[in-house]
Amino acid sequence: MTGPAYNTVFIGVGNPFRSDDGVGRIVARRLREEVPSGVKIQEESGDGTELLEAWKGADCVILVDAVQSGAPPGTIHRIDARTETLPTWFSHSSTHAFGVAEAIELARAMGDLPARLIVYGIEGLDFSAGTELSPDVAEVVPAAANLILHEIMHLPALRPAQTS
Amino acid sequence: MNVKSFKVDFLARVEGEGGFHVKVKDQRVKEAKLNIFEPPRFFEAFLRGRKFTEAPDITARICGICPIAYQMSACHAAEDAFGAKPDGAIRELRRLIYCGEWIESHALHIYLLHAPDFLGYEDAIQMAKDHPEAVQRGLRLKKIGNAIMTLLGGREIHPINIRVGGFYKTPTKTQLQSLEEDLKWARDAAVETARWVATFTFPEFQRDYEFVALRHPSEYPLNEGRLVSNKGLDIPIGEYEQHFAEEHVQHSNALHSTLQERAGYFVGPLARYNLNFERLSPLAQEAAKQSGLGRECRNPFQGILVRAVETIYACDEALRIIAKYAPPDRPAVDVTPRVGTGHGCTEAPRGILYHKYNFDERGLILMAKIVPPTAQNLKIIEEDLTEYVSTRLHLPNDRLQWQCEQAVRNYDPCISCATHFLRVRIERE
Repeated sequence: MTGPAYNTVFIGVGNPFRSDDGVGRIVARRLREEVPSGVKIQEESGDGTELLEAWKGADCVILVDAVQSGAPPGTIHRIDARTETLPTWFSHSSTHAFGVAEAIELARAMGDLPARLIVYGIEGLDFSAGTELSPDVAEVVPAAANLILHEIMHLPALRPAQTS
Repeated sequence: MNVKSFKVDFLARVEGEGGFHVKVKDQRVKEAKLNIFEPPRFFEAFLRGRKFTEAPDITARICGICPIAYQMSACHAAEDAFGAKPDGAIRELRRLIYCGEWIESHALHIYLLHAPDFLGYEDAIQMAKDHPEAVQRGLRLKKIGNAIMTLLGGREIHPINIRVGGFYKTPTKTQLQSLEEDLKWARDAAVETARWVATFTFPEFQRDYEFVALRHPSEYPLNEGRLVSNKGLDIPIGEYEQHFAEEHVQHSNALHSTLQERAGYFVGPLARYNLNFERLSPLAQEAAKQSGLGRECRNPFQGILVRAVETIYACDEALRIIAKYAPPDRPAVDVTPRVGTGHGCTEAPRGILYHKYNFDERGLILMAKIVPPTAQNLKIIEEDLTEYVSTRLHLPNDRLQWQCEQAVRNYDPCISCATHFLRVRIERE
């Protein structure tokens, strides 16, 4: 696949031992095979300070995490974190003292957000101990991955001159 | 009759889930309870039947902030039972990785969790708008601590390179030297941290605590030493259970610890500092003096300052170890299991972490006991709240609540650690 996308980072966030909480990382593993070279794929636990490191120096960041907003399981939310504040439900499915939402707001406060930061939330159902996704969540993984791949390939900032 | 009470259901800026409840009646504090409702985590039970080699990696999962402490206490306990004694470069590398954990944990607590209390911000995000340079400094410091853990541990969270007897693989001198430049920056940044924190206003508050920490003949304590207190305790760690007791209280999923026939006791940076001041590096001692800390400090609100001083020490100690490092002949000493009991106690960033295991002849765990630092501080935290509120009843509730949260965070409580072990008893009639 042709593709530029230098300085693009995709981050799948979650705990793979907490059932649906791991969906971000499962999407990351799926995308690993499909993204053009130059796009960095990272898996993270959701510790906010690690996230700040993970996207350091990147122009475009796409992040996926499991969420619990009350929507039906498998719902895919998309938030442009440059223009919107993350909803409060974003930080509710982790006991990290400093998680995804905090990392984003901290970076915003310091004027240190990546030029593009798109956050996808996939609505989870089961956050108990386990390594399997709920059926409704597993079902949307391919669609989420396609959506994100499409976004990676079509973000304006990702269409520089360096195509091969 | 005037009854007033306030409650914080979800305590922010602590690891894990907890809250507290203070009840005031007739101008007196009737009770102050730290409620810990993160589910108990049963680690002691599922260690039973596992091999001694698994204990470091299983217990490291109790906490994402201080996995090294769990790995170290587990390794020392098994080595105690089996008569193994890693020394030389292996021992030094253990101190080095522990320094990484202290730097990482202290930087997180100072900058992101506790400083906002002193500067009057809701959280670190609000603080970062006015103090971006300070927050950047804290994040870089934390990252350098993580870098030590990653290099020696294989990865920064739940490291995989630590084993009973030593390491699976030890670094080359060149690999360690790659940390030097960052660590020199970190040492300067830690000195700057102490200067910055020294400008904060600390509420006037102190109590007659019993401080408990490890003490080693020549080192500031990390992995080894005797358990000592400022009130006469001085025992080898193997006698821990003869002097310390744990009790279950109804409002908490974590056990409370006491010194038998005495009372609650205080563990963590302030305890280490008071009992080991002269073992700090000259630079750390000097920074303590410059920051206005005396040889002793009994104000828990100044714990943030002591953390800064310990961060300087950890950077200094890391640089010392790297400078004189020569790789060991073997990454680990041989360990042969036998029937026995082993005790391990090391200084986690938040204070002493005690492990005890009974092993059978194959090295399988028959019984495990783990006492994390936060559980040991719970009683003191509740007493602090009671006394603190008692003398400040004239303050409006929101102000008082703010200061109580700050008082809880003095201890950097890690509730995830504190609840790993509750024993559930079902009573039937």
